[in-house]
Amino acid sequence: MSFLSNLINGISLGSIYAIIALGYTMVYGIAKMLNFAHGDVIMVGAYISFYATQHWGLTPLLSVVVAMAVCTVLGIVIEKLAYKPLRSATSLAVLITAIGVSYLLQNLALLIWGSNPKNFVSIVQLGKISLFNGELIISDVAIVTVLCCIVIMVALTWFTSKTKMGRAMRAVSEDKGAAQLMGVNVNQTISVTFAIGSALAAVAGILLCSSSPVLMPTTGSMPGIKAFTAAVFGGIGSLPGAMLGGILLGVIEIFGKSYISTDLGDAIVFAILIIILLVKPTGLLGKKVNEKV
Amino acid sequence: MKRKISKTFLNNAFTYLLVIVAFVVIMTMQNAGKLTFSFKNQLVPACVFIVMAVSLNLVVGISGELSLGHAGFMCVGAFSGSITIAVLNGVVTDPTLRLVIGLIVGAAFAALTGVIVGVPVLRLRGDYLAIVTLAFGEIIRNILNCLYVSLDEAGLHFGFNNPALPGKMIVNGPMGVKNDAKLATFVMGFALVLFTLIVVLNLINSRSGRAMMALRDNRIAAESVGISATKYKLMAFVVSAALAGMAGALYGANIGTVTSKEFIFDKSILVLVYVVFGGIGNIWGSIISAALLTTLPELLRSFPEFKENRMLIFAIVLILVMLITNSSMVKGWIARIKALFSKKEEAPKEAAAAEEPETEEGGTEE
Repeated sequence: MSFLSNLINGISLGSIYAIIALGYTMVYGIAKMLNFAHGDVIMVGAYISFYATQHWGLTPLLSVVVAMAVCTVLGIVIEKLAYKPLRSATSLAVLITAIGVSYLLQNLALLIWGSNPKNFVSIVQLGKISLFNGELIISDVAIVTVLCCIVIMVALTWFTSKTKMGRAMRAVSEDKGAAQLMGVNVNQTISVTFAIGSALAAVAGILLCSSSPVLMPTTGSMPGIKAFTAAVFGGIGSLPGAMLGGILLGVIEIFGKSYISTDLGDAIVFAILIIILLVKPTGLLGKKVNEKV
Repeated sequence: MKRKISKTFLNNAFTYLLVIVAFVVIMTMQNAGKLTFSFKNQLVPACVFIVMAVSLNLVVGISGELSLGHAGFMCVGAFSGSITIAVLNGVVTDPTLRLVIGLIVGAAFAALTGVIVGVPVLRLRGDYLAIVTLAFGEIIRNILNCLYVSLDEAGLHFGFNNPALPGKMIVNGPMGVKNDAKLATFVMGFALVLFTLIVVLNLINSRSGRAMMALRDNRIAAESVGISATKYKLMAFVVSAALAGMAGALYGANIGTVTSKEFIFDKSILVLVYVVFGGIGNIWGSIISAALLTTLPELLRSFPEFKENRMLIFAIVLILVMLITNSSMVKGWIARIKALFSKKEEAPKEAAAAEEPETEEGGTEE
């Protein structure tokens, strides 16, 4: 029974990673940059939801909407101010700027909300499901998380394949110059990508803090890095890859922590990532790009 | 060609001179009693981070691979160095000699880790390489977090996950290594900086260094003329790891308790920031930016408003400098690449594209 409950916990944690990784992978696919600040947008989303429910008296569902709105605006502002001027710069310069934005968000959060950990109250209050005479307990948050992840995945797949903006995104990720020549507004497309990624980050942040209720300015950084490895694991730039990578990473982490060593959980996650990358460097579902001379 | 070589020598001589003058000035000020206590405390960390920045610059700037796990090697050096110093406590009485042995052992273990990490990692490229170095840094830290070492008459005992070990505990898992005495001195730090400079500058200006830069600029072209990518990239990686290990050992000898928590991912990023501030591939730029940025938060501590928000200001300055200097920085690189490969056709097109985003004047940092 403990195997089953670990598996469920793993899938639930993995679903959170998957939602974060979707944001990473979309931005990478289109803007060809690693948005290191993504993990900190998660943290901002969680803080907004915390204050909305605890201090402003909003209902949980409304707090999610507010958090998503704030993070969407934040994502667009970050993109316009920090990343857009560097569009033609080297990837290293962009990466350093992204790291700067990450530090900036963490320290702004520290300044505004303080360093004391906040006790996040779960926004899902449906009660636990108890099966097999209480031997297997499935938390309400886990079910909602997995459902959210599936809904988001289906919605994103529909969006990228059926809508005009989604097709524009795929065109930009394929060839920016050619897309521009065909009348696609590249800057607008990149902004929309950041907006969607940041809104997803807000959802992920709220779900993350609902299942592990400690909220600090650094809450987002480790899940952010792990989701980034999940995106690479699944093949960066691929939506189903991010989903698969995220869930596998979550399951591996929970199993590693419960069957091998609690302290080595992160090391196991990263070790498996390294092995996968060495065997299949483009990730599980990534496209192989041939090198041109 | 002849003019170029003499220019390199002048550059190197200038770098050595800069470091020696800075050392003499600081020593004179220290002897005159002009230095504040908190500034004196920052001297050894400044030396440590200069070595870290210069060694990372070897990988990022010269070899052209982005490594995000530099703090991992520092961690290995700090642990192995501190263990060595603790073991030699009764054996070698001269503290300087004990520290030197500690540094050498730290470098050896870090170099070994560098080989273990480098062989698989350097098969990858770009973003994947960056994420795997990050992963290795975290793995090293995680493993050392579970390490327990004790010492008795029979020798060293190693264990994982809180076993019962005989004798005196040296490494206590997450509690880390407790040093009996702080052996690190500013003179030792200066010696390490000078040693690092001699190693790195000589490597860059050697045949191997030129091979590294050729691989960085165009891997396919370099490999087609018979330069082994694995060999030279691994060489840069291992030398860099060994120097980071030495820096780590000195860092460990400077603080009371060495814990693996010290060497989180943020530290690798901090060193990367020093490298970028100083200019990627520019060694003396790394020295200045590492020294400046390590001591600056401490100097500004006397202003209470800076003390609270120094990391915030640091982040804002980081973003602004990247935004302002970027366009001219890119232009500078393009110009340099153009001078090296005057036949390269893409250069004018890239230069034209680089002029678009920002036209402010760059180079405001140093």
